[in-house]
Amino acid sequence: MMQEAAAHKTASEAAPLLEVRDMTVQFFSRHGTLTALDDVSFAVRSGEVLGIVGESGAGKSLTGASIVGLLPGSGRVTAGEIRLGEQRIDNLDRARMRRIRGREIGLIFQDPQTSLNPLLTVGKQLVQTITSHLDMSAAAARQRGIELLRDVGIPAPERRIDSYPHQFSGGMRQRVVIALALCADPRLVIADEPTTALDVSIQAQVLALLQDLVRKRGLAIMLITHDMGVIAEAADRIAVMYAGRIVEIGPVRQVIDSPSHPYTAGLMSAIPRLGDRARRLVQIDGNMPRLDAIPSGCAFNPRCPRVMDICRVERPQLRPTRAGHAACHLYPALPQAET
Amino acid sequence: MLGMLLRRIVESLIVLFAVAFIAFSLFSFIGDPVNNMLGQEATEAERLDMRERLGLNDSVIVQFTRFIGRAVQGEFGVSYRQSRPVIDLIAESLPATLELSFFAMVLAVGLGIPIGIQTAINRDSLVSKVLMTGSLIGISLPTFLAGILLIMIFSVKLGWLPSFGRGQVEQMGWWGTGLRTWSGIKALILPTITLAIFQMTLIVRLVRSEMLEVLQADFIKFARARGLRERLVQFGYALPNTLVPVITIVGLQLGSVIAFAIVTETVFQWPGMGLLFIQSVTFADVPVMAAYLLLIALIFVVINLLVDMLYYVIDPRLRSMAGL
Repeated sequence: MMQEAAAHKTASEAAPLLEVRDMTVQFFSRHGTLTALDDVSFAVRSGEVLGIVGESGAGKSLTGASIVGLLPGSGRVTAGEIRLGEQRIDNLDRARMRRIRGREIGLIFQDPQTSLNPLLTVGKQLVQTITSHLDMSAAAARQRGIELLRDVGIPAPERRIDSYPHQFSGGMRQRVVIALALCADPRLVIADEPTTALDVSIQAQVLALLQDLVRKRGLAIMLITHDMGVIAEAADRIAVMYAGRIVEIGPVRQVIDSPSHPYTAGLMSAIPRLGDRARRLVQIDGNMPRLDAIPSGCAFNPRCPRVMDICRVERPQLRPTRAGHAACHLYPALPQAET
Repeated sequence: MLGMLLRRIVESLIVLFAVAFIAFSLFSFIGDPVNNMLGQEATEAERLDMRERLGLNDSVIVQFTRFIGRAVQGEFGVSYRQSRPVIDLIAESLPATLELSFFAMVLAVGLGIPIGIQTAINRDSLVSKVLMTGSLIGISLPTFLAGILLIMIFSVKLGWLPSFGRGQVEQMGWWGTGLRTWSGIKALILPTITLAIFQMTLIVRLVRSEMLEVLQADFIKFARARGLRERLVQFGYALPNTLVPVITIVGLQLGSVIAFAIVTETVFQWPGMGLLFIQSVTFADVPVMAAYLLLIALIFVVINLLVDMLYYVIDPRLRSMAGL
């Protein structure tokens, strides 16, 4: 408890690095408008790892994409605002947004197999990225690239920098991807399923590397994953998403050990625990609704074991709970747990 | 690398051998050359004498071995129709076809790739839509019709360009070129366009669809996420990856352009190999047909080999697989 309180304190001291407030993302087509993200609000502080979990289609990756202005197709941020430090970044033009990407916010994608240009050496890709953002000669950029590869744990980087992506193993390639995401010294890194495509043993190494970078560089990381194990290991705080909304957000221990929202509770009991061999895993009945068929009221109400009448009518807002915040009518006006 | 090269060469030789056998069997199955050469009035003795001289009385294996042996030395016998060595006829018509095919391919690639890129990058712009519609016409317009239309407009109506032939040809050693005279260059224009239209539209559509696919790839998303300039993403990242498969198709198309310039050459009475071949077919001029088949097979095989080599130059993944 002491430790957690301390960690929480250092995180909350500083003003948030990234602040997303009431963000709504919609897709437009001939068949109508789809609301993919609805009123999403959260903040990430420097030196903190915020985990974002949820089933596929809950809007985790879209949240990341909308922050860096890389929404696919017709997607637009239609309401709310995104702030990076002092600057509002959701209304920048393309050229200025490009300078934010890589320079202020780094992205790491799921599959290191396909994230790198197969026809260029790792060094070339590093140099191109560095010189896109920093006023540096190619030779200096190459030197910086070698340092970065060393920082992310690639042995003999001065030799490996001239290798092609396919000459690295999966885990090493994800390290290269991390080096590329970090090469212009961003303050925030959005890691979208960074370990999902890796072997379990290598997952732990990559997570340790990310945590190490948070400590050494004071980075903020948004760790998007569906893997609760990854979150439990690496995140300081956790936001749980369901059908395009954040249903619960709070310190990772509290949310995992005593979840407030029935959906989070369902997620947690679906995780196998060591020493629990006899118990059958609990599953949540039903599926997450499609974006064009989100029920009125709370989106989780058809599957919720503790559903009440109000849940079918009124959409719950995020409200303080014992440890964090949850969007659930079970917590109407609980006295604030922490101040 | 060397092993790969060696294997590919052996494979190529097997292909050539198979084609040689097909070419050779033409002699036994298509028409009776003796009839064609001597005419109806020849006596039986003359016929037998002719058969003996042409070696038609030997066993099949002896004939085939002899055929291969001669073919290797560039010796394909004498044309039944023109009573001249086949190799001379080929040497006269090959430069015409190669010049035509080369410029048609240069035109098709030179226009096709930029148009393909444009229609992929700005897929919703008006220009792209017009170009795509145009390519649909190009791909469905039969070559002979395109040729005749061009003749009608530029030769008959406007009278700017000749409607047939190669113009004035100058000899450079055995290679007769039309590129050194004004009339030769003018004569080249319409056939080149005619031959290029279909290839160009094919390349446009290929480049476009490949590039659209590559632009969806993860490494493009990651490149954008790193804040690389859009130009660099499109031309430094997407384009090279697009061109890897395009090179194969273009290479193979070059082969078929040479082989199937027949229609264009017929429309424009272009004195190339296609025309030579068509005339040999109508006359059952088997030595010429056999030589043509073999030569085309050789061209295909060589181009294939070159395309494979090119792959190794372009794609580092293949290089390291081959242990380079």
